[in-house]
Amino acid sequence: MRTEALIKLAVVAAVCGLTTAALAASTDDFKAAYAKAETAETQAGALKNQWTTTAAELKAAKKAADAGNFDEAIKHAEQAEALANASIAQAKEQDKAWTKAVIR
Amino acid sequence: MRRAVLLALAMFCLAAPPVAAADSVNPKADFKAFRAYFIKRFPKVPLNDFVNGPYSMDAGLRKQWQAIDAFPPYQFAVDKGKQMFATPFKNGKTYGDCFPNKGIGIRQNYPYFDAKSGEVITLDVALNNCRQANGEQPLDYTKDDMAALTAYMAYTSRGKPFDIKVSKDPRALAAYRNGEEYFYTRRGQLSFSCASCHVQSAGDHIRTEVLAPALGLVAALPIYRSAWGGMGTTSRRLRTCNSQVGAVPLKAEDELYRDVEYYLSYMSNGLPISGPGTRP
Repeated sequence: MRTEALIKLAVVAAVCGLTTAALAASTDDFKAAYAKAETAETQAGALKNQWTTTAAELKAAKKAADAGNFDEAIKHAEQAEALANASIAQAKEQDKAWTKAVIR
Repeated sequence: MRRAVLLALAMFCLAAPPVAAADSVNPKADFKAFRAYFIKRFPKVPLNDFVNGPYSMDAGLRKQWQAIDAFPPYQFAVDKGKQMFATPFKNGKTYGDCFPNKGIGIRQNYPYFDAKSGEVITLDVALNNCRQANGEQPLDYTKDDMAALTAYMAYTSRGKPFDIKVSKDPRALAAYRNGEEYFYTRRGQLSFSCASCHVQSAGDHIRTEVLAPALGLVAALPIYRSAWGGMGTTSRRLRTCNSQVGAVPLKAEDELYRDVEYYLSYMSNGLPISGPGTRP
Protein backbone atom coordinates (compact mmCIF):
# COMPACT_ATOMS: atom_id res chain seq x y z
CA MET A 1 0.00 0.00 0.00
CA ARG A 2 2.72 2.34 1.08
CA THR A 3 4.86 1.24 -1.87
CA GLU A 4 1.96 1.84 -4.23
CA ALA A 5 1.45 5.32 -2.85
CA LEU A 6 5.15 6.07 -3.15
CA ILE A 7 5.22 4.84 -6.76
CA LYS A 8 2.18 6.98 -7.58
CA LEU A 9 3.86 9.96 -5.98
CA ALA A 10 7.06 9.32 -7.95
CA VAL A 11 5.11 9.06 -11.24
CA VAL A 12 3.23 12.28 -10.53
CA ALA A 13 6.45 14.07 -9.61
CA ALA A 14 8.16 12.82 -12.77
CA VAL A 15 5.27 13.90 -14.99
CA CYS A 16 5.16 17.31 -13.34
CA GLY A 17 8.91 17.66 -13.85
CA LEU A 18 8.65 16.70 -17.51
CA THR A 19 5.69 18.95 -18.28
CA THR A 20 7.30 21.82 -16.44
CA ALA A 21 10.45 21.36 -18.49
CA ALA A 22 8.41 21.10 -21.69
CA LEU A 23 6.27 24.18 -20.93
CA ALA A 24 8.96 26.58 -19.74
CA ALA A 25 10.66 28.22 -22.71
CA SER A 26 14.01 29.82 -22.09
CA THR A 27 15.62 33.10 -23.06
CA ASP A 28 17.68 31.17 -25.59
CA ASP A 29 14.54 29.68 -27.16
CA PHE A 30 13.07 33.15 -27.50
CA LYS A 31 16.28 34.62 -28.90
CA ALA A 32 16.41 31.91 -31.54
CA ALA A 33 12.77 32.42 -32.55
CA TYR A 34 13.14 36.21 -32.59
CA ALA A 35 16.32 36.05 -34.67
CA LYS A 36 14.54 33.95 -37.29
CA ALA A 37 11.68 36.44 -37.42
CA GLU A 38 14.07 39.39 -37.69
CA THR A 39 15.99 37.76 -40.51
CA ALA A 40 12.78 37.27 -42.47
CA GLU A 41 11.67 40.83 -41.76
CA THR A 42 15.02 42.21 -42.91
CA GLN A 43 14.62 40.29 -46.15
CA ALA A 44 11.12 41.75 -46.55
CA GLY A 45 12.62 45.20 -45.95
CA ALA A 46 15.17 44.67 -48.72
CA LEU A 47 12.20 43.99 -51.02
CA LYS A 48 10.52 47.18 -49.69
CA ASN A 49 7.51 45.11 -48.68
CA GLN A 50 7.18 44.90 -44.92
CA TRP A 51 3.76 44.59 -43.32
CA THR A 52 2.60 46.62 -40.35
CA THR A 53 1.29 43.45 -38.66
CA THR A 54 4.77 41.90 -38.74
CA ALA A 55 6.18 44.91 -36.97
CA ALA A 56 3.39 44.71 -34.39
CA GLU A 57 4.10 41.02 -33.68
CA LEU A 58 7.82 41.68 -33.29
CA LYS A 59 7.04 44.44 -30.84
CA ALA A 60 4.65 42.17 -28.90
CA ALA A 61 7.33 39.45 -28.81
CA LYS A 62 9.86 41.84 -27.30
CA LYS A 63 7.34 43.11 -24.77
CA ALA A 64 6.42 39.59 -23.62
CA ALA A 65 10.08 38.60 -23.39
CA ASP A 66 10.89 41.70 -21.34
CA ALA A 67 8.13 40.64 -18.95
CA GLY A 68 9.70 37.18 -18.70
CA ASN A 69 6.83 35.49 -20.50
CA PHE A 70 8.86 33.53 -23.01
CA ASP A 71 6.11 31.15 -24.14
CA GLU A 72 4.01 34.07 -25.28
CA ALA A 73 7.06 35.84 -26.66
CA ILE A 74 7.93 32.86 -28.83
CA LYS A 75 4.36 32.63 -30.15
CA HIS A 76 4.53 36.28 -31.24
CA ALA A 77 7.98 35.77 -32.76
CA GLU A 78 6.78 32.75 -34.72
CA GLN A 79 3.75 34.70 -35.93
CA ALA A 80 6.04 37.55 -36.96
CA GLU A 81 8.22 35.13 -38.90
CA ALA A 82 5.15 33.70 -40.67
CA LEU A 83 3.91 37.20 -41.59
CA ALA A 84 7.33 38.28 -42.80
CA ASN A 85 7.57 35.18 -44.97
CA ALA A 86 4.11 35.90 -46.36
CA SER A 87 5.16 39.45 -47.25
CA ILE A 88 8.28 38.09 -48.99
CA ALA A 89 6.11 35.64 -50.94
CA GLN A 90 3.80 38.51 -51.89
CA ALA A 91 6.69 40.62 -53.17
CA LYS A 92 8.08 37.73 -55.23
CA GLU A 93 4.66 36.92 -56.67
CA GLN A 94 3.93 40.54 -57.50
CA ASP A 95 7.30 40.97 -59.22
CA LYS A 96 5.68 39.61 -62.38
CA ALA A 97 1.98 39.61 -61.50
CA TRP A 98 1.64 43.42 -61.50
CA THR A 99 1.91 43.53 -65.28
CA LYS A 100 -1.39 41.70 -65.60
CA ALA A 101 -3.23 44.65 -64.03
CA VAL A 102 -1.80 47.38 -66.28
CA ILE A 103 -4.21 49.29 -68.49
CA ARG A 104 -3.03 48.83 -72.08
CA MET B 1 -27.29 28.05 -68.07
CA ARG B 2 -25.17 28.73 -71.17
CA ARG B 3 -26.56 32.25 -71.34
CA ALA B 4 -25.68 32.82 -67.68
CA VAL B 5 -22.09 31.67 -68.29
CA LEU B 6 -21.74 33.91 -71.35
CA LEU B 7 -23.17 36.85 -69.43
CA ALA B 8 -20.76 36.28 -66.54
CA LEU B 9 -17.84 36.12 -68.98
CA ALA B 10 -18.95 39.31 -70.71
CA MET B 11 -19.25 41.14 -67.38
CA PHE B 12 -15.78 39.99 -66.34
CA CYS B 13 -14.27 41.26 -69.61
CA LEU B 14 -16.02 44.62 -69.24
CA ALA B 15 -14.99 45.00 -65.59
CA ALA B 16 -11.30 44.17 -65.99
CA PRO B 17 -9.08 46.59 -67.90
CA PRO B 18 -7.40 45.20 -71.04
CA VAL B 19 -4.12 43.49 -70.08
CA ALA B 20 -0.92 42.68 -71.89
CA ALA B 21 2.64 41.82 -70.96
CA ALA B 22 4.71 44.95 -70.14
CA ASP B 23 7.66 43.97 -72.33
CA SER B 24 8.84 47.45 -73.30
CA VAL B 25 8.41 50.93 -71.92
CA ASN B 26 6.20 53.14 -74.06
CA PRO B 27 4.89 56.09 -72.05
CA LYS B 28 3.03 57.59 -75.03
CA ALA B 29 1.08 54.39 -75.66
CA ASP B 30 0.41 53.98 -71.93
CA PHE B 31 -0.86 57.54 -71.76
CA LYS B 32 -3.33 56.96 -74.60
CA ALA B 33 -4.63 53.72 -73.12
CA PHE B 34 -4.88 55.17 -69.60
CA ARG B 35 -6.80 58.21 -70.83
CA ALA B 36 -9.13 56.13 -73.03
CA TYR B 37 -9.91 53.76 -70.16
CA PHE B 38 -11.15 56.48 -67.82
CA ILE B 39 -13.01 58.43 -70.50
CA LYS B 40 -14.82 55.26 -71.53
CA ARG B 41 -15.52 54.23 -67.93
CA PHE B 42 -16.83 57.66 -66.92
CA PRO B 43 -18.33 59.12 -70.11
CA LYS B 44 -20.27 61.84 -68.28
CA VAL B 45 -17.21 63.34 -66.57
CA PRO B 46 -15.65 66.24 -68.53
CA LEU B 47 -11.94 65.48 -69.06
CA ASN B 48 -10.65 68.41 -66.99
CA ASP B 49 -12.98 67.51 -64.13
CA PHE B 50 -11.03 64.34 -63.33
CA VAL B 51 -8.62 66.54 -61.39
CA ASN B 52 -11.37 67.04 -58.81
CA GLY B 53 -11.08 63.42 -57.79
CA PRO B 54 -14.06 62.14 -55.78
CA TYR B 55 -16.07 65.30 -56.59
CA SER B 56 -16.09 64.31 -60.25
CA MET B 57 -17.59 60.97 -59.23
CA ASP B 58 -20.32 61.92 -56.77
CA ALA B 59 -22.81 64.79 -57.08
CA GLY B 60 -23.61 64.93 -53.37
CA LEU B 61 -19.94 65.15 -52.40
CA ARG B 62 -19.42 67.79 -55.06
CA LYS B 63 -22.09 70.04 -53.52
CA GLN B 64 -20.42 69.72 -50.11
CA TRP B 65 -17.06 70.55 -51.63
CA GLN B 66 -18.42 73.63 -53.40
CA ALA B 67 -19.85 74.84 -50.11
CA ILE B 68 -16.53 74.26 -48.29
CA ASP B 69 -14.61 75.94 -51.10
CA ALA B 70 -16.34 79.24 -50.41
CA PHE B 71 -13.94 79.49 -47.45
CA PRO B 72 -11.21 77.03 -48.47
CA PRO B 73 -9.54 75.33 -45.49
CA TYR B 74 -6.17 75.33 -47.35
CA GLN B 75 -6.09 79.15 -47.45
CA PHE B 76 -4.10 79.39 -44.21
CA ALA B 77 -1.47 77.13 -45.72
CA VAL B 78 -1.33 79.18 -48.94
CA ASP B 79 -0.89 82.41 -46.96
CA LYS B 80 1.81 80.87 -44.80
CA GLY B 81 3.51 79.40 -47.86
CA LYS B 82 3.53 82.78 -49.60
CA GLN B 83 5.18 84.38 -46.60
CA MET B 84 7.76 81.58 -46.30
CA PHE B 85 8.48 81.80 -50.02
CA ALA B 86 9.20 85.50 -49.82
CA THR B 87 11.32 85.35 -46.64
CA PRO B 88 15.05 85.40 -47.46
CA PHE B 89 17.38 82.66 -46.22
CA LYS B 90 20.17 83.66 -43.84
CA ASN B 91 22.41 84.28 -46.84
CA GLY B 92 19.95 86.77 -48.34
CA LYS B 93 18.76 84.58 -51.22
CA THR B 94 15.15 83.35 -51.57
CA TYR B 95 13.35 80.30 -52.92
CA GLY B 96 12.66 82.22 -56.11
CA ASP B 97 16.38 82.25 -56.87
CA CYS B 98 16.35 78.45 -57.21
CA PHE B 99 13.52 78.13 -59.73
CA PRO B 100 12.62 79.22 -63.24
CA ASN B 101 10.31 82.25 -63.36
CA LYS B 102 11.17 82.94 -59.72
CA GLY B 103 9.15 79.83 -58.74
CA ILE B 104 5.81 81.31 -59.79
CA GLY B 105 3.49 79.26 -61.98
CA ILE B 106 5.89 76.31 -62.41
CA ARG B 107 4.35 73.51 -60.29
CA GLN B 108 2.90 71.80 -63.40
CA ASN B 109 6.43 70.92 -64.56
CA TYR B 110 7.13 68.74 -61.52
CA PRO B 111 8.29 66.09 -61.05
CA TYR B 112 11.01 65.98 -63.67
CA PHE B 113 13.82 63.56 -64.40
CA ASP B 114 17.17 65.12 -63.56
CA ALA B 115 19.82 63.80 -65.96
CA LYS B 116 22.64 65.02 -63.70
CA SER B 117 21.61 63.07 -60.60
CA GLY B 118 19.83 60.31 -62.54
CA GLU B 119 16.78 60.66 -60.32
CA VAL B 120 13.27 62.02 -60.34
CA ILE B 121 13.04 65.41 -58.62
CA THR B 122 9.69 66.31 -57.12
CA LEU B 123 8.75 69.87 -56.20
CA ASP B 124 9.23 68.99 -52.52
CA VAL B 125 12.73 67.64 -53.15
CA ALA B 126 13.56 70.69 -55.28
CA LEU B 127 12.52 72.96 -52.41
CA ASN B 128 14.74 71.12 -49.95
CA ASN B 129 17.61 71.10 -52.46
CA CYS B 130 17.15 74.87 -52.64
CA ARG B 131 17.26 75.20 -48.87
CA GLN B 132 20.39 73.06 -48.53
CA ALA B 133 22.14 74.89 -51.38
CA ASN B 134 21.58 78.08 -49.39
CA GLY B 135 22.80 76.78 -46.04
CA GLU B 136 19.40 75.98 -44.56
CA GLN B 137 18.22 72.76 -42.93
CA PRO B 138 15.83 70.68 -45.04
CA LEU B 139 12.16 70.63 -44.08
CA ASP B 140 10.36 67.46 -43.01
CA TYR B 141 8.58 66.15 -46.12
CA THR B 142 5.44 65.25 -44.22
CA LYS B 143 4.94 68.32 -42.06
CA ASP B 144 3.11 71.65 -42.34
CA ASP B 145 5.94 73.90 -43.57
CA MET B 146 6.55 71.80 -46.69
CA ALA B 147 2.79 71.54 -47.21
CA ALA B 148 2.48 75.33 -46.97
CA LEU B 149 5.26 75.99 -49.51
CA THR B 150 3.91 73.48 -52.02
CA ALA B 151 0.36 74.73 -51.44
CA TYR B 152 1.45 78.24 -52.37
CA MET B 153 3.37 77.07 -55.44
CA ALA B 154 0.42 74.93 -56.56
CA TYR B 155 -1.87 77.90 -56.10
CA THR B 156 0.26 80.03 -58.43
CA SER B 157 -0.13 77.29 -61.06
CA ARG B 158 -3.90 76.82 -60.77
CA GLY B 159 -5.38 75.92 -64.13
CA LYS B 160 -2.02 75.36 -65.85
CA PRO B 161 -1.82 71.99 -67.62
CA PHE B 162 0.58 69.30 -66.42
CA ASP B 163 3.64 69.17 -68.68
CA ILE B 164 5.74 66.23 -67.53
CA LYS B 165 8.51 64.95 -69.78
CA VAL B 166 9.72 61.37 -70.03
CA SER B 167 12.71 61.50 -72.34
CA LYS B 168 14.37 58.63 -74.18
CA ASP B 169 17.10 58.58 -71.51
CA PRO B 170 17.01 54.93 -70.34
CA ARG B 171 17.19 56.11 -66.75
CA ALA B 172 14.11 58.32 -67.19
CA LEU B 173 12.27 55.41 -68.80
CA ALA B 174 13.38 53.15 -65.94
CA ALA B 175 12.06 55.66 -63.37
CA TYR B 176 8.77 55.89 -65.26
CA ARG B 177 8.58 52.08 -65.41
CA ASN B 178 9.37 51.77 -61.69
CA GLY B 179 6.56 54.20 -60.96
CA GLU B 180 4.18 52.23 -63.11
CA GLU B 181 5.21 49.01 -61.37
CA TYR B 182 4.74 50.58 -57.95
CA PHE B 183 1.28 51.78 -58.92
CA TYR B 184 0.08 48.34 -59.99
CA THR B 185 1.89 46.22 -57.37
CA ARG B 186 -0.14 44.80 -54.51
CA ARG B 187 1.31 45.35 -51.06
CA GLY B 188 0.47 45.14 -47.38
CA GLN B 189 -1.46 42.40 -45.64
CA LEU B 190 -4.62 43.66 -47.34
CA SER B 191 -2.84 43.11 -50.66
CA PHE B 192 -4.03 46.31 -52.33
CA SER B 193 -2.22 48.16 -55.07
CA CYS B 194 -2.79 51.84 -55.84
CA ALA B 195 -4.73 50.54 -58.84
CA SER B 196 -7.00 48.42 -56.64
CA CYS B 197 -8.63 51.63 -55.39
CA HIS B 198 -7.92 54.17 -58.10
CA VAL B 199 -8.47 52.06 -61.21
CA GLN B 200 -10.58 49.00 -60.44
CA SER B 201 -12.65 50.70 -57.71
CA ALA B 202 -12.57 54.33 -58.92
CA GLY B 203 -15.90 55.98 -58.16
CA ASP B 204 -16.88 53.28 -55.68
CA HIS B 205 -17.21 53.77 -51.94
CA ILE B 206 -14.74 52.67 -49.32
CA ARG B 207 -16.60 53.12 -46.09
CA THR B 208 -18.05 56.63 -46.45
CA GLU B 209 -15.50 57.92 -48.94
CA VAL B 210 -15.59 57.90 -52.72
CA LEU B 211 -12.43 56.64 -54.40
CA ALA B 212 -10.84 59.11 -56.80
CA PRO B 213 -9.86 57.93 -60.28
CA ALA B 214 -6.12 57.67 -60.98
CA LEU B 215 -6.50 60.08 -63.91
CA GLY B 216 -5.74 63.51 -62.47
CA LEU B 217 -5.09 62.02 -59.04
CA VAL B 218 -2.02 64.13 -58.24
CA ALA B 219 -3.37 67.41 -59.65
CA ALA B 220 -4.86 68.55 -56.35
CA LEU B 221 -1.78 67.94 -54.19
CA PRO B 222 -0.99 69.09 -51.56
CA ILE B 223 -4.39 68.62 -49.95
CA TYR B 224 -6.29 69.73 -46.91
CA ARG B 225 -7.94 66.57 -45.60
CA SER B 226 -10.85 66.77 -43.20
CA ALA B 227 -9.72 63.39 -41.84
CA TRP B 228 -6.40 64.98 -40.87
CA GLY B 229 -7.80 68.32 -39.80
CA GLY B 230 -4.93 69.86 -41.72
CA MET B 231 -2.76 69.98 -44.82
CA GLY B 232 -0.79 67.05 -46.12
CA THR B 233 1.98 66.71 -48.65
CA THR B 234 2.29 64.05 -51.35
CA SER B 235 4.63 62.11 -49.05
CA ARG B 236 2.12 62.17 -46.23
CA ARG B 237 -0.63 60.87 -48.50
CA LEU B 238 1.47 58.06 -49.96
CA ARG B 239 2.68 56.95 -46.53
CA THR B 240 -0.87 56.99 -45.15
CA CYS B 241 -2.11 54.93 -48.09
CA ASN B 242 0.62 52.38 -47.40
CA SER B 243 -0.38 52.11 -43.73
CA GLN B 244 -4.03 51.77 -44.64
CA VAL B 245 -3.37 48.61 -46.64
CA GLY B 246 -1.10 47.18 -43.94
CA ALA B 247 2.21 48.03 -45.60
CA VAL B 248 5.03 49.64 -43.67
CA PRO B 249 5.46 53.07 -45.29
CA LEU B 250 8.70 53.90 -47.04
CA LYS B 251 10.81 56.89 -46.09
CA ALA B 252 9.23 60.14 -47.33
CA GLU B 253 10.35 60.95 -50.88
CA ASP B 254 11.79 57.44 -51.26
CA GLU B 255 12.85 56.77 -54.83
CA LEU B 256 9.75 54.61 -55.37
CA TYR B 257 7.42 57.36 -54.15
CA ARG B 258 9.07 59.86 -56.47
CA ASP B 259 8.83 57.43 -59.35
CA VAL B 260 5.11 56.75 -58.80
CA GLU B 261 4.46 60.50 -58.61
CA TYR B 262 6.39 60.85 -61.90
CA TYR B 263 4.26 58.14 -63.51
CA LEU B 264 0.93 59.53 -62.29
CA SER B 265 1.87 63.09 -63.18
CA TYR B 266 2.79 62.03 -66.73
CA MET B 267 -0.58 60.27 -66.97
CA SER B 268 -2.18 63.59 -66.02
CA ASN B 269 -0.43 65.57 -68.77
CA GLY B 270 -2.69 68.21 -70.24
CA LEU B 271 -4.99 68.24 -67.20
CA PRO B 272 -5.04 71.42 -65.11
CA ILE B 273 -3.43 71.84 -61.71
CA SER B 274 -6.27 72.03 -59.21
CA GLY B 275 -4.18 72.22 -56.05
CA PRO B 276 -4.04 72.92 -53.33
CA GLY B 277 -7.07 70.70 -52.86
CA THR B 278 -9.66 69.87 -50.25
CA ARG B 279 -10.58 66.27 -49.61
CA PRO B 280 -12.75 64.43 -47.07
